[in-house]
Amino acid sequence: MNPADIEEKEIDRIYVIIKKEAEGGGYFLNPDVDFTKNLVRGLLKNEQRYGYRACPCRLAAGNKDEDLDIICPCNYRDPDLDDFGACYCALYVSGAIAGGKTQEAPVPERRPPRSGRGKKKVVQTIPVAPALSLSLPVWRCTVCGYLCAREQPPGICPICKVTKERFERFL
Amino acid sequence: MVVEHVNGKKKGTVMLYALSTCGWCARTKELLRTLGVDFDYTYVDLLEGKEQDDVMNEVERWNPKGSFPTLVIKDKTGIIGFREDEIREALK
Repeated sequence: MNPADIEEKEIDRIYVIIKKEAEGGGYFLNPDVDFTKNLVRGLLKNEQRYGYRACPCRLAAGNKDEDLDIICPCNYRDPDLDDFGACYCALYVSGAIAGGKTQEAPVPERRPPRSGRGKKKVVQTIPVAPALSLSLPVWRCTVCGYLCAREQPPGICPICKVTKERFERFL
Repeated sequence: MVVEHVNGKKKGTVMLYALSTCGWCARTKELLRTLGVDFDYTYVDLLEGKEQDDVMNEVERWNPKGSFPTLVIKDKTGIIGFREDEIREALK
């Protein structure tokens, strides 16, 4: 099958799934449906080419280990949403952009360049307390106990849908 | 390298390095068409092996991050991403 031959029907189907999953987790897809469906087409094209949904806006190596960080949703989505209101592709956007209050703008590339990749991030071993050292703060949803390690808590808890302010610093 | 040419007003060489799947690349290409300038583009994701590598080395000369789109104007200005105002200004 030619990679260009992704049927509109299939794009529409996957678009609905991705949108539902996004919204279920407190994320929003870009409200420009044509633009977004075009990115979905890219994701499906990459799935055909590489076997996984590599970011349509980045050059995939075609090797899953090397591309792990750019399989959609990529490792950079959440910090880019925090800092720029959109992921690198603008497939995922902030609530403000989704609601049409502001427009997405180009997001600078956060992924390391080719020369700086493949350096495995050191997974910190947690020493016995009290000498606990973590690479990121751990946030706890005070409603359902969901834990996540990231710079800031998510806008909406993916489990119980409460808002950011319901999170407390846990570690 | 597979380079596609789009005819238009000559403003010096205008080379767009893009991905066939990327939304911002599509917007950049659309802007160049709207501006009616003469330009070339290549979809780097459709290249393979050494050819792709060589093109990436060229892209990184202008844009060390090697991201897309990268637009090179007159072999002297590199514009990274869909920076509409910058592109319009550079192609005035």
